Amino acid sequence: MRKSNTSKLPGGDAQFRAASDQSLLVSFGQQITLESHRRVLKLLRLLQSKPIDEIRNLHPAYCSLLIKFDPLRLDHSELQSRLVPYLARLEHAPLPKPRQIEIPVCYGGEFGPDLDDVAAMHGIAPTQAILLHSSPIYIVCFLGFAPGFAYLGGLPKALASPRLETPRAKVPQGSVGIGGNQTAVYPFATPGGWRLIGRTPMAMFRRNQRPMNLLQIGDRVRFRPISEEEFAESSSR
Amino acid sequence: MSAILVQKPGLFTTIQDLGREGFGPMGVSASGAADPISLRIGNRLVGNPAGAAALEMTLVGGVFTFERAAVIAVTGADFSPSVDGIPLPMWTSIKIQEKQTVALGASRSGARAYLCIQGGIAVEPFLGSASTHVLSGLGGFEGRALRNGDRLDLGAPNPLFRKETLSPKVLESLQPRKLIRVTNGTQSDWFANSSWNIFCESTFRITEQSNRMGTRLEGPPIPVDPSREMITEGVSLGAIQVPPSGQPIILFVEQQTTGGYPKIANVISADMHSVGQLRPRDEIRFERIEMNEALSLLIRQEALLGSKELFQE
Repeated sequence: MRKSNTSKLPGGDAQFRAASDQSLLVSFGQQITLESHRRVLKLLRLLQSKPIDEIRNLHPAYCSLLIKFDPLRLDHSELQSRLVPYLARLEHAPLPKPRQIEIPVCYGGEFGPDLDDVAAMHGIAPTQAILLHSSPIYIVCFLGFAPGFAYLGGLPKALASPRLETPRAKVPQGSVGIGGNQTAVYPFATPGGWRLIGRTPMAMFRRNQRPMNLLQIGDRVRFRPISEEEFAESSSR
Repeated sequence: MSAILVQKPGLFTTIQDLGREGFGPMGVSASGAADPISLRIGNRLVGNPAGAAALEMTLVGGVFTFERAAVIAVTGADFSPSVDGIPLPMWTSIKIQEKQTVALGASRSGARAYLCIQGGIAVEPFLGSASTHVLSGLGGFEGRALRNGDRLDLGAPNPLFRKETLSPKVLESLQPRKLIRVTNGTQSDWFANSSWNIFCESTFRITEQSNRMGTRLEGPPIPVDPSREMITEGVSLGAIQVPPSGQPIILFVEQQTTGGYPKIANVISADMHSVGQLRPRDEIRFERIEMNEALSLLIRQEALLGSKELFQE
């Protein structure tokens, strides 16, 4: 087996790195770009539509896909060779038109305890911060951290904010947070270090629905500001 | 009719099987038994498929009354198991009569003990597995650790069952290790030789904050090259993340599926069950080995688990 960590193969600009004795990281560059995201998404979709038997799991991220495999049936270099035809198809593999999903958010107050801090950090009014956050169309770069947790790309630079020094032990379910230049909704009450600016009444993970996660990699997302009354109404529905 | 009444749940007792693979794209990690080898052996001792659902107890075990007769096996760490007050041998199949009570106490060795019962514990699977994923409250018994008064159902018994005992020789060779073997991880070359020396030559202590998501270590800080900027990527089971504090974290069964800290190394598959038996304040060391050696160790371990010499009459 290879001792060196990185190598290139025909089939595009993919780089391979053994992550463990049962996983291989395939990366497309070292920058978060729309192009690298599209490559990750295409490879994921190809591997889902025509699965390789020995692959056990796939962990997509911004510009890489971690592939977990059965090490008793395959090694890293064999897997690399098996991936070549998939990588060769990336260039021309079509991607379906992305889904558009609107997420209602009640900003500020008890739902967004850090909204005022975030606004102050950037020298803008809280209302302006709300407008900035609810204007762009975000891309679901990938789901990670916890079930249904979608990392959204496209946060305006004017809102990028460092994580809290001390993470909260429990972030309420549905909280909308900013962590660095990313934004996301917490699907479950979990510990979390992102700054909370609002909350959605919409369920991000629904164990009795298919698909269980509201958002999927590649989706486009917009946040729509709602009032506390509207929040209460949607929650009780 | 329920089969088992939880009289005392113990410190942290959950239903686990071998986990759910394949849901990484949804952000759902595999979960599953922290010491899958003990679970697999326990299940085979009672005539179950290796991945049947069983009880995983942590540091302090529970007390369970059987409302019908069953065949059980207790495996993993020694929590001084007993039935109606009489000590119960481990790693062997035992017949329990209706109304008998099986009790486990505090750990005398590792972190986790398994109570495997013939037929397996019957719960509605979530994404194909009975494993409890505590962080998200999914799977297992109502997505949570067991409580007093919970009642558990069992699957159908196996009429072909024969009493078995694990061979002492096999038990010896599967003993959890405190010298954990690792291979390179995806950012291994971000760490200078001096950092690697600290990693491989120091003793690290397991902290109280460790859980099924991650085993948090305390030791001399491992310096990370501050000029490197990490882009969040998928993380594998056993990845050893080094956050800015320099105190490493081993990502464990209920791990996050992606992570943004550089990883100095990755625990080999054959040593993951040892990680599952680490208790707070235990001390471990790391040994770096080559990828092909890690693979041979896994092949040898699996051969042992599949061998005819696994059990003695």
